[in-house]
Amino acid sequence: MAKVLVFIDNPGAALKKSSLELLTLARTLGESVVALNGELHSGVSSTFAEYGVSTILRPSAQDLDDYLVAPKAAYLAAAAENTGAAIVLLDNSPEGKEIAARLGIRLNAGVITDVVAVEADGTAHKSVLAGSYNTACKASTPVSVLTVKANNVVPEPAAAPGSPETVTVEVPAGSTAAAARITAREQKVASGRPDLTDARIVVAGGRGVDGDFGPVEELADALGAAVGASRAATDAGWISHDAQVGQTGKTVSPQLYISAGISGAIQQKAGMQTAKVIVAVNKDAESPVFEIADFGIVGDLFDVLPQATAEIKKRKG
Amino acid sequence: MKIIVLVKHVPDAQFDRHLNGERYTTDRDESILSELDEYALEAALQLAEARGGSKAGNQVIALSMGPAGAVNAVKKSLQMGATEGVHLTDDALAGSDAAATSLALAAAVQRLGQDGPVDLIITGMASTDGETSLVPAQLAERLGLPQVTFASSLDVEGGRLVARRDADTTSETVEATLPAVVSVTDQINEPRYPNFKGIIAAKRKSITTLSLADIGVDAAQVGHSGSWTTVANAEERPPRTAGTIITDEGDAGIRLVDFLAAQKLL
Repeated sequence: MAKVLVFIDNPGAALKKSSLELLTLARTLGESVVALNGELHSGVSSTFAEYGVSTILRPSAQDLDDYLVAPKAAYLAAAAENTGAAIVLLDNSPEGKEIAARLGIRLNAGVITDVVAVEADGTAHKSVLAGSYNTACKASTPVSVLTVKANNVVPEPAAAPGSPETVTVEVPAGSTAAAARITAREQKVASGRPDLTDARIVVAGGRGVDGDFGPVEELADALGAAVGASRAATDAGWISHDAQVGQTGKTVSPQLYISAGISGAIQQKAGMQTAKVIVAVNKDAESPVFEIADFGIVGDLFDVLPQATAEIKKRKG
Repeated sequence: MKIIVLVKHVPDAQFDRHLNGERYTTDRDESILSELDEYALEAALQLAEARGGSKAGNQVIALSMGPAGAVNAVKKSLQMGATEGVHLTDDALAGSDAAATSLALAAAVQRLGQDGPVDLIITGMASTDGETSLVPAQLAERLGLPQVTFASSLDVEGGRLVARRDADTTSETVEATLPAVVSVTDQINEPRYPNFKGIIAAKRKSITTLSLADIGVDAAQVGHSGSWTTVANAEERPPRTAGTIITDEGDAGIRLVDFLAAQKLL
């Protein structure tokens, strides 16, 4: 059976949902081998067993986190070569894609990003041109490197748990020589809300919030949603750039996207048009967002959102 | 300083874009300089200007790989202030994936380094058509250079660069020695518009055309044959259609919640 290498970077005390998704996907494609970076806590170790992982690889070097991307790619390349893996799976985060990029060159392997599904023969599905096309792509090389978007696989433990053995992989000497060093790292303040890219529900505000994200945030909290924003709102400095949904921001595919005070020009549409259900609230009946909304309200978000928030709280008791 | 900025000629995202080309490649009529590359060019121009500009021997070379029309991305870059333009073009390049693109660009960068070492290669954070963000990292890997990607600030001093890299949960300070490959985000600066003087000056600047033979790359290493990925199929997604639109008559918030409840989204 082909080996599938899953890169898990610094899981901490518990694996995040997207990692469980990768492990579940890996099992459908072959024998799962984890290439871990960072500490291995016992909880994570037992989750690996539950998800049917056969082997846990760990790097010989402890300082991969001190450098940007390159040494992690060198470690993964060594891991893939040692195990003879046919497929390598990574997160679709900016760093995941860049590790995949360098790994691809090291392994002479085709890299496919933004993958939403993988068939048994390695064919990967992804949407391109801001969600306007669905494509089926395949690496024509012996090894495929795929970065997989979150929320496309339902995490499921294996029918028969494994008892993974741990093996150390020698990180090639000199892999840090030509790498950029991370000299300081600052944790940002956590919002307590779900991660925007993985959230099931997103409530987003644009120019129409006119500096006040209060009603957007309150509705988001009532729904357990992440908060997003249009570029106009982040450029105005009303909310952090991290919240930007759109062509130059994040692409989201939640179950529900509530757009408030956003006109829905192409730049914004590019980031959210693959959402399952779109609700739009805008004062201007001519806004392009109404062309793609499943439910549209022509009205003032400062009236509609608080009323909806109060109603949700009432119904949820 | 000698800075190469990679600029891409991409279909204008203001309009519908199509994969009409051979083997599902992108239709490149109606193309423009990728908006995200303007930030890269601006970052290069600012570094050069801080060191006395072209009078002090600083070079900002705009390099674009693409079919005939891609020369327009180079021209726009020259109008913004790049000192020289290079257009890498060859029929055999059509259909190149990120791996093949990075191979050709790496060879072009090496060729441009023959008449004086390159200090920096700056790119945008992604192309607005392919959107994979793979090429800067692959270029760095092929050239054996440090990569400093997604920089939201950039300072260069004494052969070292310091950049800030913002992710969702962390903000990092990154240092590397030159030469290096840098990609910049749309947060790093406000790109300038070409002014009249710039547009006139651009007419006097030279654009060098390079073919695969000029950079020592074999046709089989690039294009469809040199790519490591293939697109087996591409289907246009059915466009979204408008659903129910109501006008708020004082109860729209409640009707919104009714809609969510009916969709089982509460």
